[in-house]
Amino acid sequence: MFAAACLGILVVMALALVRASLPGNVYDRILAINMFGTKTVLFIAAYGFLTERPDFLDIALTYALINFIGIIAVLKLVERVAGTASPETDE
Amino acid sequence: MIHLLWLGASLYGFWLLLSGHWDSGLLLALGGASTALVTLMAWRMQRLDALSFPAGLWRRLPGYWAWLFVEIIKANQDVVRRIWQPARFPISPTMAWLPASQKTDLGRAIYANSITLTPGTVAIEIDERGVLVHGLSAEVIADLRGAAMDRRVTRLEDGEGGA
Amino acid sequence: MSLVLDLVSWTMLLGGVFLGVSGAVGLFRFPDFYTRLHAAGVTDTLCAALILGGLMVQAGWSLVSIKLAFILLFLWYTSPTASHALAKAALRAGLGPRLAEKENPPSKS
Repeated sequence: MFAAACLGILVVMALALVRASLPGNVYDRILAINMFGTKTVLFIAAYGFLTERPDFLDIALTYALINFIGIIAVLKLVERVAGTASPETDE
Repeated sequence: MIHLLWLGASLYGFWLLLSGHWDSGLLLALGGASTALVTLMAWRMQRLDALSFPAGLWRRLPGYWAWLFVEIIKANQDVVRRIWQPARFPISPTMAWLPASQKTDLGRAIYANSITLTPGTVAIEIDERGVLVHGLSAEVIADLRGAAMDRRVTRLEDGEGGA
Repeated sequence: MSLVLDLVSWTMLLGGVFLGVSGAVGLFRFPDFYTRLHAAGVTDTLCAALILGGLMVQAGWSLVSIKLAFILLFLWYTSPTASHALAKAALRAGLGPRLAEKENPPSKS
């Protein structure tokens, strides 16, 4: 059952990655990457149960925090770069 | 000073919960050293004033969370329906400034976070007068205009107020 | 009893995965950035809660459950902040939302 959950989360992660690699504006991509990151946290947690190694939860916990800080950092960078230039238009 | 002690104690409690090794003196001491270091850094950064939570808030928070959780479940159902059945539940993106009746920054922050946490609505800008909200449909914006959440947060903030 | 618990946790896990897939589909289906933000919100809130909750039911009362609860707490504290920062940055950069008043564009499919 955990295998099914892991597989399902992997599918969601793959969809998010496809969305992020499609042409589009930069905010859509950050959104998809953010989703990929939070699903990674869930995946690590579920995988820890699948392999019966609850230590994985510590990694998931750390990853949840790192993901948040990473997204905010990327946003700051994009905000600064886009401060002068106009953004790519949607589609 | 009392805030510092609270911060240190709660950090150490957090460390104990995460480590799960409560029998080794060396590990306990190392945990104590790291929490002391973090508390010292927090003190040097002068961020402790941000931690001043009104005591009454803690008592009212669980009830608010329970209410918010139910709202989040309802909002999730709504958005998922709109994703899978676009013909029966069409989207109508709407953006509007909504009034916020909270008096403190903390209250407004709780309100804006609650708006964003319920799928279908995202708080974009916030100032003294209100919140700029983007909603997936005109219905969810109308719901927020009904101000049930606004009143709840205000009541959470000052204990009476609202209805 | 353990069969009931298993059933509960499996239902929660499957429900969480379903919400995750729904959110991902919404990411493709909704017409503009701001509406996609709401689709991502589904996967950040109830999807995470159901999956972590399902794991919690499996773990029972233990430190493992407490850690899972902390993961959920962190996700629920950080995801609105990230969404808000993303939306605010996009609006500041001049990315205008498509609103229903002007037109109601059909989904992209």
